[in-house]
Amino acid sequence: METLIQQFINGLVIGSVYALIALGYTMVYGILGLINFAHGDVLMVGALVALQTMMFLMGIAPGMSPLVMLAIALAVAMVICMLLGFTMERLAYRRLRNAPRLAPLITAIGVSFLLQTLAMIIWGRNYHTFPQLIPTTPLQPIPGVFVTPVQITIVVVSALLMSGLLLLVNRTRIGRAMRATAENHRVASLMGVDTNAVIALTFVIGAALAAVAGVMFASNYGIAHYGMGFMPGLKAFTAAVLGGIGNLGGAMLGGVVLGLVESFGAGYIEHLTFGFLNSSYQDIFAFIILGLVLIFRPTGLLGERVSDRA
Amino acid sequence: MNELVAAVPWLGKRNPTAARWLIIIIAIAAPFIAWQFGRSWVRILDFALLYMMLALGLNLVVGFAGLLDLGYIAFYAVGAYTFAFLASPHFDIHLPFWVILPLGAAFAALAGVMLGFPVLRLRGDYLAIVTLGFGEIVRIFMLNLNHPVNITNGPQGINMIDPISLFGWDLSRNIRIGEDFTINSLFLYYYFFLAAVVASIVFIQRLQISRIGRAWAAMRDDELAAKAIGINTRDMKLLAFALGATFGGVAGCLFGAFQGFVSPESFSLMESIAVLTMVVFGGMGNIAGAVVGAFVLALLPEVLRDVAVPLQQTLFGHVLLDPEVLRMLLLSLAMILMMLLRPAGMIPARARYCHDKHLSATLKREGAK
Repeated sequence: METLIQQFINGLVIGSVYALIALGYTMVYGILGLINFAHGDVLMVGALVALQTMMFLMGIAPGMSPLVMLAIALAVAMVICMLLGFTMERLAYRRLRNAPRLAPLITAIGVSFLLQTLAMIIWGRNYHTFPQLIPTTPLQPIPGVFVTPVQITIVVVSALLMSGLLLLVNRTRIGRAMRATAENHRVASLMGVDTNAVIALTFVIGAALAAVAGVMFASNYGIAHYGMGFMPGLKAFTAAVLGGIGNLGGAMLGGVVLGLVESFGAGYIEHLTFGFLNSSYQDIFAFIILGLVLIFRPTGLLGERVSDRA
Repeated sequence: MNELVAAVPWLGKRNPTAARWLIIIIAIAAPFIAWQFGRSWVRILDFALLYMMLALGLNLVVGFAGLLDLGYIAFYAVGAYTFAFLASPHFDIHLPFWVILPLGAAFAALAGVMLGFPVLRLRGDYLAIVTLGFGEIVRIFMLNLNHPVNITNGPQGINMIDPISLFGWDLSRNIRIGEDFTINSLFLYYYFFLAAVVASIVFIQRLQISRIGRAWAAMRDDELAAKAIGINTRDMKLLAFALGATFGGVAGCLFGAFQGFVSPESFSLMESIAVLTMVVFGGMGNIAGAVVGAFVLALLPEVLRDVAVPLQQTLFGHVLLDPEVLRMLLLSLAMILMMLLRPAGMIPARARYCHDKHLSATLKREGAK
C-alpha cells in the first residue's frame, strides 16, 4: 500500500512537470499546426541558465537566502528562454509558415540539435549538480511514504501556473486573440488581430513555462546537462497528444496521466513480466502510449478536433 | 546516373558523356587519392559508401513516398545485429555472408512492415514522432536485453564479428601480389561497397520510374487523389517502409562485418538525424541528391576534424570545439539553412516528380529554362 501511494506521488510530481511542458507544445500546435521539436531543449536551456545564475549569485552574494536566489535564477532563466522562443519563431518558423508540410518539422529538429550543440559548447558535456535550494529532507505524511518539499513545490507551482494560463487564454483580450488565431488565422487577422504578434507571444509563453519546468525538473533530479531536455520533451509531446493536442486542459490531464502510468509502470513492470523486463525500460511507456493513442484515438482524451493536417 | 551526371557543375549540361566518365573515374580512383592522405581516409570513404546506401534507402521512404521516418537507423541496427548474432563467437554461430545478407535484409524488411502497420493512418509530423519512438524502443531493447538472458550483450555490444568473405576470399586480409605490392583490405571493402551502392542505385532508379515509383509520387503529392485513381495507398506505404528498411538492413550487415563490432551507441537518434540531413541536404526525392548529400556530409566532418582542430590550436592555443561538436553543429545548421534557403536541396528533384505548389520560385525558374 505504501508503495502504491509512493508511486502515485512520484507520478503526480513528474506528471505536473510533463503537463507544464506539454502546454507549450499544445499551444504552438493549436495555433500553427507545428510540432515544435525544440521545445524540450528550451527546457534544458532554462535549467542551465538558472544553474549559471545560481553559481554567479553564490559567488557574489554567498549569504543570500536560498529562496530569493531561486526566484532570481528562475526569472533570469525565464527571460532568456522567452528571448530564445521569440528568436526561434522569428528566424526559423515564421519564414516557413506556408512551406510544404515536412519543412517546418525538419527545421524544428535542426533547431533542437543546434540548441543541444550550443549548450554543449557553452556548458560542456558533463553532468552538472543542480543546487538544491529548497530543502530535500523528506517528510513522512504517512509512515513509509516520503514527500520532499521540492516535490510539493513542483506540484503547487505547476497548478498555479496552469490556472494562470487558463485564465489568460479564457478570460483576457489576448487570450481571445489567441483562440481566434488558432481557429483561423486569416479570418482573425481580418478582424484586426495582429496574428504575427499573437504567434510570437504563444512561443514566448510556451518558452517561459518550459523554463520553469526545466528548473523544476533539474531540482527534482539534482542534475542538469545538455541532453536533459530531449526525453522530457518527447514525453510531454506524448502527454499533449494523449490529452488531445491543441487543447490546454487536455495537455494538463495528459501530463498527469502519463506521469502516473510511467511511475506505476516502472514500479510494477518487473512483477508483471516475471522479471524479464525491469525499470530500465521506463522510457518505452511513453512511446507505447503515443502509438496506441494515435492509432485508436487520434483526437486524444479531450480533443474534439481531428488533426488532418499532415 | 543521369541525374548525377546533370548535377556535375558546368560539364554536366555541356558534355554529359564526359561528365559520366568523370564520375566513373572519380568513383574508381577515390581510394587511391584518399590513400595519399593516409589509411584512415580510405576507411572514411568506406563509411561514406555505407552512408550513401542508408541515404538511398531513407530517400525511398522520405523522398519518394513522403513518409518522414526518424527511426530509420533502427533498420540499420537490425541488419548489423543480425550479422553479429549469426557470425560471431557470441552465440558461436558462423554462417557464411551470403546466407546472412538476405536474412538481415528480410528481418529489416519485417521490422519495416511491423513499424508500417500501426502507423499507416498517421501522416506527416505524427508519423515522424512515432517512428522516432520506434527507433528509441529498438535502442532501449538493444541496451537492456542482456538480462535475464544475454541476447545483445547490453551496452558493451558484440565484437569479433566475422569479416565478409566472398567465395572463400576474405575481404579483411590484404592481398599480396609479388614481393612489394599489396592491396589493402580497405580497398577491397571499398570496391565491394561501391558495387553494392551501384546496384542499389540501378535498382532504385528502375523502381522510381516503375508503376510503384509513380504510385509513391502520386501518394506523396496528394494522398486523396492517389486513392481516387485506384492506388492502394496502404500497400504502397507498407512497401515503401519494407523496401527502405531492406536497404537499411543490408547496409547494417555490411557495417557489422566491416567494423567487426556493433554496440547500441552506433544507432542513436543522432545517426537517424544525420542520414535524414544527408537526404535533405542533397535533395529529397532524388537519387543523385541522396548520393551527393551522403558523400558531402560524411566527408565534411572528417575534413573539418583535420583542418579545424589544428587551426584552433594555432589560433587560440587550445581546442575550443572538438570534432564531434563540429559534426553536430554542421548537421544541425545544414538542416535549418537548407530548409530556409533551399528547401529542394542541393540537387532539386526534377520538376515532373514534384507538386507544383511545393516548388520554390527559384526551382520554377530553373525548370522553365
